[in-house]
Amino acid sequence: MHVNSTTEEKEIVTRQKSKLGVRLFFVYLICYAGFVALGVFNYELLSTTVFSGLNLAVVYGIGLIVFAVIMGIIYNYYCTKYEDDAERADKLTKEDTNDL
Amino acid sequence: MIYDISITALIFFCIFVGLVLGLSFYFGRKKSDSSSYYAAGGQIHWAVNGIAFAGDYLSAASFLGICGMIAIAGFDGFLYAIGFLAGWIVALFLIAEPFKRLGKYTFTDALNAKFNSRAITLSASISTLIISVFYLIPQMVGAGDLVMPLLGLPHWVGVILVGAIVIAIVASAGMASTTYVQFLKGGLLIVLSVILTGYILKNGLSLSPGGKENPYHKFIELTPKIEGDKVTAVTNWNLESQQVVGGKTFVKLNQNGVDRWFYLTEKDGKQTLKETLTIVQKANGEKLYNGETKDKRKFYQVGHLSKIIVNGKEVEKTGAVGPFEFLSTIKESEVVRFLHAKITDGTDQVSLYYPEITSGTKFMLPGLKYKIGTDASLWSKLDFVSLMLALFLGTAALPHILIRYYTVKTPRDARKSTILAIAAIGGFYILTLFIGLGAGVNGVMDVESSNMAAPLLAKAFGAVLFSIISAVAFATVLGTVAGLIVASSGAIAHDFIDIYLKKNLSDDNKVKVGKIAAVIVGVFAILLGMAFKGINVSFLVGWAFAIAASANLPAILFLLFWKRTSSTGISASIVVGIVSSLAIILTSPTMWDKYGLGAENSMHQLENPALISFPLAVLTVYVFSILYPKKDVKVDS
Repeated sequence: MHVNSTTEEKEIVTRQKSKLGVRLFFVYLICYAGFVALGVFNYELLSTTVFSGLNLAVVYGIGLIVFAVIMGIIYNYYCTKYEDDAERADKLTKEDTNDL
Repeated sequence: MIYDISITALIFFCIFVGLVLGLSFYFGRKKSDSSSYYAAGGQIHWAVNGIAFAGDYLSAASFLGICGMIAIAGFDGFLYAIGFLAGWIVALFLIAEPFKRLGKYTFTDALNAKFNSRAITLSASISTLIISVFYLIPQMVGAGDLVMPLLGLPHWVGVILVGAIVIAIVASAGMASTTYVQFLKGGLLIVLSVILTGYILKNGLSLSPGGKENPYHKFIELTPKIEGDKVTAVTNWNLESQQVVGGKTFVKLNQNGVDRWFYLTEKDGKQTLKETLTIVQKANGEKLYNGETKDKRKFYQVGHLSKIIVNGKEVEKTGAVGPFEFLSTIKESEVVRFLHAKITDGTDQVSLYYPEITSGTKFMLPGLKYKIGTDASLWSKLDFVSLMLALFLGTAALPHILIRYYTVKTPRDARKSTILAIAAIGGFYILTLFIGLGAGVNGVMDVESSNMAAPLLAKAFGAVLFSIISAVAFATVLGTVAGLIVASSGAIAHDFIDIYLKKNLSDDNKVKVGKIAAVIVGVFAILLGMAFKGINVSFLVGWAFAIAASANLPAILFLLFWKRTSSTGISASIVVGIVSSLAIILTSPTMWDKYGLGAENSMHQLENPALISFPLAVLTVYVFSILYPKKDVKVDS
């Protein structure tokens, strides 16, 4: 990460996080909208058995719940990484020891 | 339903409520400045806050409402779980961190951080109040439902009880105490749901639920003599009358001086009369349950499987099952649901609950409440989309959820809290599918209100489990109501009186005004709780979500993601969001039914307003921000 001052750095982290958040949001939105669209336009497909005797409605529904949790963990992982990277870079710049 | 008072339940209940009250008084004594009243002083640990988030969110709607709706309408109840959780994605990815960077105590402060506009203060505090009130209604309805089997008291007593306890909690303490109450209750709720699900799976599925101690009522089936479509005689019974309502035929028979109603069904050309559950309201005020007075106890809990199929073979019972096996077996089997019909018989008002066999395939698909199959009308499809939209967009815009972002120190902690909350809530929602279905097939349902599905199921597994779950559910209601009342008293005292009216209250006075506001909102909530008795609480919460999604979310999103958003745009969007969603709700079929005008005569058939009101509010914030851009704002602020 090529950054010079603390304030700019923080802004960059904020922007990185916000960009990641928006992207992940759209990924989830598409999955969620897919479920709703399936309900409205191809309802019959939801009754197909897909896994261990469970129909698509149940699998998709539970899947959406589990997927939300997984996406939350991914988001937190990257946000923490961005913040830590920035902090480390900040420290390094301050101590004036190494280039990044 | 006819309920006995349970002493064990009563004892546990009192201990639990005492614990909650004690805790809140303890924390209430410790801190008393306004920052700790409204936002717990920003000093709560993220993990505690995360579970408290879950506690806030897993309100009566989740525990009582979703389980209840799954029990009577199958997968359609689960739609609420899916939508309620998806809403957190919006909260986490788009709102949580930027909001934390903006705000102080309330939703209004955050919205107004960049503008300092009085119009925003006013409109945002009104929207906070309205959303809180709409969210309070289902909590109060749920509270009333809870005390009926628990204490054997009428619905309105429960509503008043909750109202009074919460007013006491809030007026004495504030946000710090509600956070710990929510933490405790959120954690317990999840643990108990795991235990309950364990019981359900261990118990398996059976054609005669309830076992030996508590046998399930054997519903009478009679073979009538029929000419054309008229029943002419039934052996051993005197034929009294026959009525057709909504295509269903009901026959009144008499035996030993007792009037009973039967439902005429036909299968493979053979006609059968099936016993129904009835409540007859006589003109003289007398109420008969299945033709007899209340003390004869002839009214039953219902909901069972009429056929269980495992690996293509019909069986009596399955024994213990795994989670997938549980779901797939119900899908292959046949569920008997009890549907409601109202008829007038002379001067008597008759409420009939008749058995309807539903294939497991249908039960495990959406469509029993929100009709979305190929034969469904456009209105009902739109209704489904509208509901899913409201649930998705509503969470992030609920004032009592937003307020929790401020109770931790850093944005990083707010994020971690939110993710922990999502995991906890997600896990809980998956369990609601099992608990709801378990309640639907284990003969525990109260036909008069679906809200008690989960606690009544627990009752079938033992008095202690029932009492603990009821107590936790009651605490759930207490905690949520407390959080909501803090949010709305904040809107009145802090936003409206302090900032909008520019009263410049001292810290002490701010807390005092907040407490007075809390009492007023509490009393109002009690009255509404009584008025909406009998409606599924998840359904009611759907409205609160729709209003929140329409009134608050467009304003928040534009503020955070569009630099040109102006204060006029924000306040106009809030007003349009509230007015349009309220207008649609107040003219909806459910409200028409409440007014006594008949659901079918309502002005439109849309039950959930979000599909119209949300885009309208988005359009408003955009258009008004362009028409009245930012620079003009300074003049009126």
